[in-house]
Amino acid sequence: MLENYFPVLVFILVGLAIGVVMLALGLVLGRIMGHARADSEKQSPYECGFEAFEDARMKFDVRYYLVAILFIIFDLEIAFLFPWAVALEKIGMAGFWAMMIFLAVLVVGFIYEWRKGALEWE
Amino acid sequence: MMDLLRNFIIFPVTEILFPSSIQPYAVLTLETLAKIIAIIIPVMITVLYLTFAERKVIGYIQARIGPNRVGLFGFRLWGFGQPIADAVKLVLKEIVIPSGANKTLFIMAPILSIAPSLAAWAVIPFNDVMVLANINAGLLYILALTSLSVYGIIIAGWASNSKYAFLGAMRSAAQIVAYEIAMGFALVGVLIAAGSLNLGDIIQAQNGSVFHWFWLPLLPLVGVYFISGVAETNRAPFDVAEGESEIVAGFHVEYGGLAFSVFFLAEYANMILISMLTSIMFFGGWLSPFQGIPVLGASSMFWLFAKASFFLFMFLWFRATFPRYRYDQIMRLGWKVFIPITIVWLVVAAILVVTGIPPWFD
Repeated sequence: MLENYFPVLVFILVGLAIGVVMLALGLVLGRIMGHARADSEKQSPYECGFEAFEDARMKFDVRYYLVAILFIIFDLEIAFLFPWAVALEKIGMAGFWAMMIFLAVLVVGFIYEWRKGALEWE
Repeated sequence: MMDLLRNFIIFPVTEILFPSSIQPYAVLTLETLAKIIAIIIPVMITVLYLTFAERKVIGYIQARIGPNRVGLFGFRLWGFGQPIADAVKLVLKEIVIPSGANKTLFIMAPILSIAPSLAAWAVIPFNDVMVLANINAGLLYILALTSLSVYGIIIAGWASNSKYAFLGAMRSAAQIVAYEIAMGFALVGVLIAAGSLNLGDIIQAQNGSVFHWFWLPLLPLVGVYFISGVAETNRAPFDVAEGESEIVAGFHVEYGGLAFSVFFLAEYANMILISMLTSIMFFGGWLSPFQGIPVLGASSMFWLFAKASFFLFMFLWFRATFPRYRYDQIMRLGWKVFIPITIVWLVVAAILVVTGIPPWFD
């Protein structure tokens, strides 16, 4: 049973290794073949030819936070739905109605968010 | 092929290199590695030629001929050498690390982006026996790994210490996260219909004919899943994350050379993955559309590849056809259209399964 997961582990390691090897190759080969000469203009962050006006670690819109928080809630709901969906044929009507109640609560929350304007992006 | 490799290369070599107590494990590891390489290399080649196909398809849609200069071995071959020339160029370019960047994170980001998009291929079944990891949590694993790809993007945007990269990463992360939910709900619909998380079992559950495939009972979910897939990979018309007319290239603006191509590879590998998953979950995977007819009706991995190629073509077609969405339109589509549709259709699918509506769920 668990040995089925061994290839998955190896594959993740291979994926990481490919990334590491490609970047190492790029850093080394690019340095040799690309005539790398560092200067302050080249090393500065790209800003359409201007010198950088201010630090890039700037304030950003709070709605991105809101999206992230809503995402956590909804992703958790999906995690709850997964086992139910797989077992639906075995748990029959009782399981069906239990999840319908859960979904109804979820929909009420969703409508509340919608009405509150949490989903607006003007 | 695999037997030859095991009997004539892996066994003799491991016999010499390892003591007999750990030799079986070494054989298992090497065999797994060989299979992984047999998956990754075709994926890489597909990515290479997908870029070529993209430029050709968009070219012909716009009444141009696309790249046609770089040939192979002295023959022009309609520009068939173009992707190889592009790859060589990218390998030879210097990777510039901006002075204000967080160096470790800057280098880690592409790795975090490519590892999950390759590792997700571990559970893809190519036909009824050819699957690397036949695990029962296949779909859960796919969902987990596709969610991980957002880390690469947000770390790249943060570590670059550039305004364009930062804005691109924020947009991209919010967009991926919003469509992740619609995608997850669509997957739950497939689970309800198939009753299994194993991708092979999901395909077997669609056995019968074209009308037994899940696209029919789950019709709205097919659209939601595929469009979310397009948004998830930041492809046109949802590519505001890199929207070149406003924020240049988005999160990877500071990346060049191979570091850029790692992001590129990850994005295209994800596109191929989404196409494969759409054909596996909704269009019968390796099952033939002509089941019951001799020869043509046999299930084979070529059917899977043909279906996946069609969806890849859709990606390119979308890009050539649709103008870019505005960001508020993207968020509205994800939250206010797709999520209500999927919730409603989950209930419908559950009713179909519980009441056992033929021909799908009897």
